[in-house]
Amino acid sequence: MPEIVLFFLAKIKKLALHFKKKKKMKEIMMIYYMEAKSARISGRKVAWITSGGPVEPLIAMDIIPVYPENHGAMIGASKMGTDLCEKSESMGYSSDLCSYARSDIACATVNGGPIGGLPRPDMLVCCNNICGTVLKWYEVQARYFNVPLFILDTPFCHTGYAEEVQRYVRRQLDEYVLFLEKACGRKMDMDHLKAVGKLSLEGQRLWQAVLATTTNSPAPMTAFDAFYHLALIVTLRGTPLVIDYYTQLLEKMKDRVARVIGAIPNEKYRLLWDNIPIWPRTRWLSERLASHNACLVADTYTSAWCGTMKYINENNFFDSMAEAYTRIYLNIGVDEMARIVLEMVDRYKVDGIVMHSNRSCKPYSLGQYDIQKIVEKQRGIPCLMIEADMVDERSFSESQVSTRIDAFMEIIKQRKGD
Amino acid sequence: MITAGIDIGSITTKAAVMADGKIRGTRVIFTGYNAEQAGTKVYEELLKELGIEKSDIRKVVSTGYGRNSVKFMDKAMTEIICHGAGAHYLNSRARSVIDIGGQDSKAIVLDEKGKVKNFAMNDKCAAGTGRFLEVMARALEVDLDGFGALSLRAGDPSRISSLCTVFAESEVISLISKGEKRENIIAGIHESIAARIAAMANRLRIAPLVVMTGGVAKNIGVVAALERKIGMAVEVSEYAQVNGAIGAALLATGLK
Repeated sequence: MPEIVLFFLAKIKKLALHFKKKKKMKEIMMIYYMEAKSARISGRKVAWITSGGPVEPLIAMDIIPVYPENHGAMIGASKMGTDLCEKSESMGYSSDLCSYARSDIACATVNGGPIGGLPRPDMLVCCNNICGTVLKWYEVQARYFNVPLFILDTPFCHTGYAEEVQRYVRRQLDEYVLFLEKACGRKMDMDHLKAVGKLSLEGQRLWQAVLATTTNSPAPMTAFDAFYHLALIVTLRGTPLVIDYYTQLLEKMKDRVARVIGAIPNEKYRLLWDNIPIWPRTRWLSERLASHNACLVADTYTSAWCGTMKYINENNFFDSMAEAYTRIYLNIGVDEMARIVLEMVDRYKVDGIVMHSNRSCKPYSLGQYDIQKIVEKQRGIPCLMIEADMVDERSFSESQVSTRIDAFMEIIKQRKGD
Repeated sequence: MITAGIDIGSITTKAAVMADGKIRGTRVIFTGYNAEQAGTKVYEELLKELGIEKSDIRKVVSTGYGRNSVKFMDKAMTEIICHGAGAHYLNSRARSVIDIGGQDSKAIVLDEKGKVKNFAMNDKCAAGTGRFLEVMARALEVDLDGFGALSLRAGDPSRISSLCTVFAESEVISLISKGEKRENIIAGIHESIAARIAAMANRLRIAPLVVMTGGVAKNIGVVAALERKIGMAVEVSEYAQVNGAIGAALLATGLK
């Protein structure tokens, strides 16, 4: 290996060691992307994977997982989404398509965005438990990069979970392992996968514990903080890094609870968020709500990464993965979703729900009006609907959203007699 | 106690002065480019007309899109709560309010005390708002005030199927070029607005008595189309357009 490359790798390793002690999210993600970008030099493989896809087999094979959706969120948060969406539209993609897909497809061709594009994939892993768009999106990218694509098909579970579904998805997991073995040219160590599975479950437990700290009033963190801390449980679950990070975060939150420190100065109203964040507007939204002394204490989005733990069998992780990855929040019927929302309303003692009707994400947004009706009927709390998009700022109208938030808060205040 | 309400909308700005629970006077002007100027102007003009000094006004509440742009208000409140309060004052039997303004339309459900129980607003699209009617009036070269009366003469309302104001405008233009009668086109436009509003109102499960407020309430064609779509009578007060300003003035009396 050339000297300069060795020097570069040593530098990354040193940085990684340094940050391992401090464990700041920004640095961890920086190291993660640097490692992924230098994978070709270090001889590791990179797989692009959908946000709801089973990442544990990749970790077990020492393949670096990279998430175009996480990248989409970064693009949105750095307000670079509109340009990239326009670029994809000039390539011929409809503006009605998902803005994560549009910005990712455009970004791949120009290496733009906040981190100069994602590292080139060696393979793609697509699980359709989150939506149908990912199928076409990953097919487009497989053609563009000329790399193999694995599709894990998880049937929609309107109610319950049929035996046939278990068999169907479980069989595909075998194919998934074969696919990875072929791509890497070596066998999967099933014992190692078991260990990774244990770490994954442990990470999810910690993440759930972190989120549960906001059942306290005042909440030690907001959903906006959860949107930020989420990155690791999505991208690196199954690694010890995740355990360390969330253990520390949990300690910090418990300490804040003990010292009665709230995330916002004067928490008077507690709200629940539904759908993917409006990434370019999280700060604006958080300030707007805080000005009403309203705190988003929980959300259906970040909790999805610890929502199917009950289906995971710690001693038989591989078999139980089928159910855990099939029965996720976006792959179940509206009645089931409403039941989860009602549970959250009770657990977090919220005064209202803020729903983001996300132009990009149909599976998440379809059924919101039904859920709204169910919640209003069974718990009598109001729901606000904000029409926007997770990345594309052209779908956001500030003055209209302001009026809706102000009116919603007036009603909540009136109901509480303030 | 004398209070005032200023409702700065996207098209018009309204002011109302209330004294001891009675309407002393109201005024409507066009908002134009400068919301702050419009708010100040309508307020000063109304006070002058009524012969009331600024110092006589106990409190001022502003509402509407420009609610935060005027400096002299004591509090800014949203149109939802103001329209609810105004509608309850003008008719205490009102349980649902449909307000069609310049760039917003909303349905509000009230309790028996006039408190807002729930509300729904139009999505980002301008279809189903006053702006939609303005665009259509321009395309048809008809004065907006004549819209209501003309539509009642329609024999066979045209079908405007597009959900988008811009596309609906081109639909209207193609109907014009086909020689379709004006009154039929206008009636079709009213049907299309009413269908949008009815969908929003039904989602909220509105109950009688339904009152309509906002400038578009002056259009008898829209009101009639709406009554048919929601299957309930819709009452319109002579103060419909200034309802939000009246509500704001009423809410001002409660300020400490």
